[in-house]
Amino acid sequence: MQTALEDFFRALRAADIRVSPAEAIDAHRTVATVGFAERELLKDALCATLAKTAGEVSLFDDIFETFFDRQAFVVPPQDDPEADPMASLPPEAAESELARLLMAGDASGLAQAMEAAAERAQVSQIRLSTQRSRLTRKLLEEMGLAEIEQIIANARRLEGEGASTAAARLETARKALTDEAGAYVNRQHELYAAGSGRALREDLLARKALNADGGIDPVDLAMMQALVKRMAKRLADRYSRRRNVAWTGHLDVRRTLRKSMGYGGMPFDIVFKTKRVDKPSIVAICDVSKSVAAAAQFLLTFLYSLNEVVDRMEAFAFSGRMISVNALLDDHPVETAILEVLKQIGFQQTDYGRSLEDFCEQHLDQLDRHTTVIFLGDARSNYADPRLDLLATIQKRSRALIWLNPEPESYWSQGDSVMNRYERFCHVAKTCNTLGQLERIIEDVLRTYIPH
Amino acid sequence: MTPSSSAESLASVPALIAGLEQFGYIASRRIATALYMAVKLQKPILVEGSAGVGKTELALSTAALLGLPLIRMQCYEGLDESKALYEWKYGKQLLYTQILKDRMGASLADAEDMDAAMVRLHGMGDLFFSEPFLEPRPLMKALQEDDGCVLLIDEIDKSDEAFEAFLLEVLSAYQVSIPELGVLKAKTPPIVFLTSNNVRDLGDALKRRCLHLHIPLPDAALEKRIVASRVPGIEANLTSQLVSFVQSLRTLDLRKSPSISETVDWARALILLNADELEPEVVRDSLNVLLKFEQDIVAIEPQIAELIRRPLA
Repeated sequence: MQTALEDFFRALRAADIRVSPAEAIDAHRTVATVGFAERELLKDALCATLAKTAGEVSLFDDIFETFFDRQAFVVPPQDDPEADPMASLPPEAAESELARLLMAGDASGLAQAMEAAAERAQVSQIRLSTQRSRLTRKLLEEMGLAEIEQIIANARRLEGEGASTAAARLETARKALTDEAGAYVNRQHELYAAGSGRALREDLLARKALNADGGIDPVDLAMMQALVKRMAKRLADRYSRRRNVAWTGHLDVRRTLRKSMGYGGMPFDIVFKTKRVDKPSIVAICDVSKSVAAAAQFLLTFLYSLNEVVDRMEAFAFSGRMISVNALLDDHPVETAILEVLKQIGFQQTDYGRSLEDFCEQHLDQLDRHTTVIFLGDARSNYADPRLDLLATIQKRSRALIWLNPEPESYWSQGDSVMNRYERFCHVAKTCNTLGQLERIIEDVLRTYIPH
Repeated sequence: MTPSSSAESLASVPALIAGLEQFGYIASRRIATALYMAVKLQKPILVEGSAGVGKTELALSTAALLGLPLIRMQCYEGLDESKALYEWKYGKQLLYTQILKDRMGASLADAEDMDAAMVRLHGMGDLFFSEPFLEPRPLMKALQEDDGCVLLIDEIDKSDEAFEAFLLEVLSAYQVSIPELGVLKAKTPPIVFLTSNNVRDLGDALKRRCLHLHIPLPDAALEKRIVASRVPGIEANLTSQLVSFVQSLRTLDLRKSPSISETVDWARALILLNADELEPEVVRDSLNVLLKFEQDIVAIEPQIAELIRRPLA
């Protein structure tokens, strides 16, 4: 049973449920306590030991059902249970164990034989869906299919009624066996390999360029939205620290002395220092012109999924003019809000100078020394005045100014791009054209490595 | 409850379910199995679920069932060792030194020189760091209970990460190290419940040391039994009506969907209002028991009649 449990752990790990050695030991102790006799009890007990979140519980249930799913073989029992099933077969059949099992319709014996053969064929090492047919064949070979085929061929050559019925019966059983082997390998694939395919795909999506020609495939889009939310959740978990951290051991002398005055100078109440942890407050300003809209959408989704760790979040969008999109984001889900923004200000000639003017006239009071400004845009202003002075004002008023540009750095000074002129006013200016880069930059913001 | 009967109810999962039912807690099989494993493996049990599904109630009922004292520690932001484990009674120490000042002065007066006074002072040294000046807090109390107890660490997700790390020693070895007194180890390990509302994700190290139990919102059949056990004297007809009403509320998109405690409160409210069956008028008046946000109430009010009529799916 040791190996069965180990395989089960491997299946759980393939589905992203962490099973550390210590948890494996716990699981073994669990099994020792409850035993294998009651399936439901075993399932609940293992679930309590191994699954650690609500999501993992439902995953666990699925995997448990699939893993311990042993469909009985459908082999018709023979008409006369007393008769020797091997009687009418050619003599060499007597040596084949598999032929005996098939002819007798011994379902549990066949299941055991398949488990043993699967172990020899290493079916549980399956990685890719393309390996399925090869492994099925290997599994059947290990079980001794070649002998069966030989026996069937020989039986057909024999004279007599009995031999041909027996051959037909063995043939049906062989078909059932082949189907069952295929199903078995499929289940193994589902258990051990389905997760790795998904991980590979997500890895690719995290590296996919957001401003690719032709936009993002709608199929990918849904998956990327989910991915962004998960990335944000991961960061939120990591940075959702408390705001007041007790700073034990550091006496606040001033306040202690002040309090002791009431007791005639006896320090009955001692006060320790505490340290305030600032949550970042973020102002995001996004260019929504055609080349940047997709990136803007993901940036907004990302930032809005971070609401646990971010104190305040203001979003603005611009192409020709700048508008605040906070109200829009309150009314629409983040995923579709960007379309609404495009309806309002899309298809204008991008003008960075005038958008900065709009911002400085109407929203400059949003910035204070706690605010991190994240600017997303390609800095292509169609040769209009870039208004560097206004960007300098923004930089002066805020804690940090971060510029994310979807274009690679080598394009930053070409054509109408004024990125290299804006760059001087930014604490950080980075290329950000994939979800992976986005995650890294936001993490930096949360860690507030940015210099004051 | 006598020790023998508490041992009986721990003998198997069905016995545990039956035992908890005596104390008014209707446990699903999964809840009972997790509790059973926690006792058998001597591991703490981490209970998760939305507010009001009976996480804390489970610990209370277990304590009642096993006849053990319940020690409860509510976690909050900024909770630290001195509040959770032990504290020196600083004020008392200071007061005693003030009172004993003259006495100490007198006994030190006849010392020949500084060294002799110092030696004498060392003799008194531990006077102020002994048991009478120790203020045990919940964790230490739990470890000091010789016959075992149920320790409830409520809303662990509200505490700091540092505190979570501090708990690891207590939870895995049932002991704590106190610099002045040495290692304190529990004679009988307490049954530990940790509850979490998922305000933040807990660390892997803590999760690894615990069994995990997620209590979902119950299905209609289970909820009916819970209401019947918590609100004795309620009519079966009213129970099934109000349970199906609550169940259909949960399918709607609400800011806070009602959980079991709200259902029970509502059932009690309906009894007080002498309602025999759900009528739009009564429901409208008592909706604030069930829904805790103004916009939820506003959203549901026009649909009340329809929701009552909707048959239980």
